[in-house]
Amino acid sequence: MTQPSSEDVELQVLLDAIYQRYHYDFREYAEASLRRRVAAALVHFDCETISGLQARVLHEPKVFTELLDFLTVQVSDMFRDPSYFRAIREQVVPWLRTFPTLKVWVAGCSTGEEAWSLAILLAEEGLLDRTLIYATDINPESLRAAEAGIYPLERMALFSKSYLKAGGKKSLSSWYTTSAHSAMLDRSLRKSILFSDHSLATDSVFAEVELISCRNVLIYFDRELQDRAIALMRDSLRRRGYLGLGSRETLRFTSHDAAFEEAAPKERIYRKR
Amino acid sequence: MSTLDAIVIGGSAGALDVLLNLLPQLPRGFSVPIVLVLHVMPRKPSYLVDVLKARAALGVEEAQDKQPLQPGTLYCAPPDYHVLIERGRSLSLSVDDAVHFSRPSIDVLFESAAVALRSRVAGVLLTGGNEDGARGLEAISRAGGITVVQAPKSAQMPHMPEAALARFTPTRVLSSAELGPYLTSLGAPE
Ligand SMILES: C[S@@+](CC[C@H](N)C(=O)[O-])C[C@H]1O[C@@H](n2cnc3c(N)ncnc32)[C@H](O)[C@@H]1O
Repeated sequence: MTQPSSEDVELQVLLDAIYQRYHYDFREYAEASLRRRVAAALVHFDCETISGLQARVLHEPKVFTELLDFLTVQVSDMFRDPSYFRAIREQVVPWLRTFPTLKVWVAGCSTGEEAWSLAILLAEEGLLDRTLIYATDINPESLRAAEAGIYPLERMALFSKSYLKAGGKKSLSSWYTTSAHSAMLDRSLRKSILFSDHSLATDSVFAEVELISCRNVLIYFDRELQDRAIALMRDSLRRRGYLGLGSRETLRFTSHDAAFEEAAPKERIYRKR
Repeated sequence: MSTLDAIVIGGSAGALDVLLNLLPQLPRGFSVPIVLVLHVMPRKPSYLVDVLKARAALGVEEAQDKQPLQPGTLYCAPPDYHVLIERGRSLSLSVDDAVHFSRPSIDVLFESAAVALRSRVAGVLLTGGNEDGARGLEAISRAGGITVVQAPKSAQMPHMPEAALARFTPTRVLSSAELGPYLTSLGAPE
């Protein structure tokens, strides 16, 4: 192995400092893209070196809050990959129907689009009244936005198209009210969703659930952290419960492949054995 | 033995034709993994893989997250994801912001390869109509890797190779006809 560069060392020290000072653990995130985001943060905070950024992060909590937006990636859409939601509707919902009460966990919910989408889907299937959706993330600002459930009006056209492709039963507009520039999702959905802070890297099991949707979160973890997060999700799932991942994520290269079977292989929906 | 851990290839407008011509020339025993970012992907994700597979002796797959790199395999970036190389010689995906309006972006792949593989990577920048890839290829050059730019004259869209040539002097500037023999020599077993 070659010697680590000074930048390699600085990055590790920054992540250690963040962990010790703020208890956010980015030490086992996939390095290549994390490095790009730290580089973007250096530009934003006008720091020449990672060490310079580290000093500011340690001494100015506000800088850390802002840095969180660089370290985490807040990209989401309602009904992103419509075929995934269609598969949930067609292949998972029939099993969910057999339970008198249901718990669903959206892990890494970002600004809420995925959780609200599932709430709509379950409402249309007549299941939302008996369901509690836990929507968790580590980014407090995203959680606040998720809870508000208000999105720019110009995004709704894409969301509506995806909703229909996903097998939506009405029109998405029946699930929100509009004002001049934004759309607010129906408050009747809100009472079934519990938004809260939870980290797949540092926190533990908090409930037994029938379905977990964790999409495009694991790609930001290295293999060891993926293993930790998947073990946590496996332990949170009821026997035969379902786990849905992002469209290019797979359990194949993790240690937990054998604990699950493929339920909808193309949609990356797995089922606990 | 090849001294390379990977060959990374990027291209945009016109690059599919170059690849369709290049791939049949690379032998099955090719000893180096190849990772490819192509803009203007056909809409159906599996379509690009199928088209390339039909022409290639190598294995062709769509890149999966945390997949270890295997010799003799070409990995295509999936639509709407960046693909990056990690130090452990595996691939990572991300949905970070587009770079040069592109996701996947060539710069993202190339810069990650420069950090992870240092001098043990060759970067190849093909024809294209924007500047994605120029910065990344320069990063590979600075890390001591091999850099190849398609000769602007042989490029359907010269902008992308020209942007690289404006930044630094690559190891080779090759016409599309010269690419096959050169890459074959890079990936020759033993
Ligand atoms: C690209 S977004 C995915 C959003 C949503 N799941 C979707 O697919 O539309 C990734 C999310 O993972 C969250 N995240 C990152 N690290 C996490 C961790 N350790 N535990 C929980 N969530 C995390 C980020 O804050 C971000 O909101």
